Amino acid sequence: MSTPLLSAKNLRAFYGPTQILYDIDFDMHAGGITTLLGANGAGKTTTLRALSGMVKTAGEIRFDGKLISNKETADIVRLGVAHVPEGRGTFVRQTVEENLQLGGITQPAGQIAADIDLVFTYFPRLKERFRQQAGTLSGGEQQMLAIGRALMLRPKVMLLDEPSFGLAPLIVQEMFGILRRLNQKEKVSMFLVEQNASLALELADHAYLLETGRVVMSGPAKELSQDENIRRAYLGY
Amino acid sequence: MEQVVQQIVGGLATGAIYACIALSIVMIYQAIDHLNFAQGEMAMFSTYIAWQLMHWGMPYWGAFFLTIAISFVLGYAIERIVFKPVHNAPVLSHIVIFIALFVIINSMAGFIWEFTIKPFPTPFGTKPVLGGGILSAHGAGMIAVTGIMLVMLYAFFRYTRVGLAMRAASANPDSARLVGIRVGFMNALGWGMAAAIGAVAGIMIAPVVFLEPNMMVTILLYGFAGAVVGGLTSPGGAVFGGFAVGVIENLASFVPQFGAEMKLTIALALIILVLTLKPNGLFGRKIVSRV
Ligand SMILES: Nc1ncnc2c1ncn2[C@@H]1O[C@H](COP(=O)(O)OP(=O)(O)O)[C@@H](O)[C@H]1O
Ligand SMILES: [Mg+2]
Repeated sequence: MSTPLLSAKNLRAFYGPTQILYDIDFDMHAGGITTLLGANGAGKTTTLRALSGMVKTAGEIRFDGKLISNKETADIVRLGVAHVPEGRGTFVRQTVEENLQLGGITQPAGQIAADIDLVFTYFPRLKERFRQQAGTLSGGEQQMLAIGRALMLRPKVMLLDEPSFGLAPLIVQEMFGILRRLNQKEKVSMFLVEQNASLALELADHAYLLETGRVVMSGPAKELSQDENIRRAYLGY
Repeated sequence: MEQVVQQIVGGLATGAIYACIALSIVMIYQAIDHLNFAQGEMAMFSTYIAWQLMHWGMPYWGAFFLTIAISFVLGYAIERIVFKPVHNAPVLSHIVIFIALFVIINSMAGFIWEFTIKPFPTPFGTKPVLGGGILSAHGAGMIAVTGIMLVMLYAFFRYTRVGLAMRAASANPDSARLVGIRVGFMNALGWGMAAAIGAVAGIMIAPVVFLEPNMMVTILLYGFAGAVVGGLTSPGGAVFGGFAVGVIENLASFVPQFGAEMKLTIALALIILVLTLKPNGLFGRKIVSRV
């Protein structure tokens, strides 16, 4: 097997003195979609925040073979790690256009216009809203904008924090379809955090299950979706 | 009526200086969430640097632009050396540092250049350009220089990528980091720019108030008034507030009974009035404290 694109070893994370994550290990390979499942409060968001250097951690995180634990967030992002945060992180007072420009702010100025056009092919709605203040967008549109903003980085991997949160089922379906296309056409690997386990397991090739800060189960997504305990606890049948 | 117009025009000249100070206050406020009490002293020190450069024989505009550059570097350095390490410290630590900076810069200027009053040149001359002597050539120059600077700043924030990154870093630092913006660096840039704007304000006002280590103390209060009136989250509002304070102050001194002594009182009363009626200033948005 090739070296993993993103991996964690004995990853621990803390908010002040409180430990939230306990010795998390995972590997994800380039091109794939890995999902991290878990109930509310399990530590999913904290895991993503640890990966992009937003919380205090111990242990090892590697990206593209490089050790990135305890690097500054901005420097991790510049390596090609696009984090679509919980709550979407919209620049609410800036326009949709400026939000997308900000997504590509570390990229050469010459490629911005073409990349915005690429975002429009996936999210035509954003084109209609281009000059609008981003705070006036609906929840679904803001989620599209957050993913579009991440795409502007030309990322190697996207860290997605509950992209289905608060969205109508139809929009969630559409969103996951777009994520699949982004993965296939734009070659963006994905690390997807979800409470909506059935959708996530359908999209992902590999899955980890998190309970109170520990990985309690992992394997190919197909296997996990067949597992009795997972079906009962997370899939509801 | 004509006199009222004259007073308003006269007020715009000092208002321009308040607007500069208000703007630099707002820029630093956006970077660190606190009012920088040492802002005026930084401007005063910059003015001394300009004086020194001219004293050594440099022509006015050479000294003007070199001082702006030096002030930018000093402001940048103050953020990196003094404020970056205490970024997450409680508010009180920041306030203590501001007061310390205030005293250190003030006494340093006194130590290097002495506390005696120095005249400061104007490149515009002092001939009156409006009837009644209400606006001198220097006053008109102050308005023009401020206007040019404000237009340049507006263009910078509105049309450049660095300007956009700075706006993003102050509006939403977490999201800014997640698009790869180095927020700390942007804060330091903000300090540098604020110091440069302060330098312009100091150099422009010095011919009016004369150069001495305490020259900016009351001007800073007017600048605070302008920033608070306009709204601490709104650079445009701060500029408006600065001009408004200048005009109101001038109109007030025009009212019999009041006289010139009440000018500062009026500026301070204005702060309290606006804060009571509109806690976020006329143009400010609600301040949501960061976690
Ligand atoms: N800023 C914080 N300070 C202290 N504890 C936190 C903070 N954020 C989250 N936690 C705690 O960390 C745990 C994991 O939270 P989180 O990673 O947000 O879970 P999830 O995303 O899986 O719902 C929870 O118990 C939560 O209360
Ligand atoms: Mg979460």
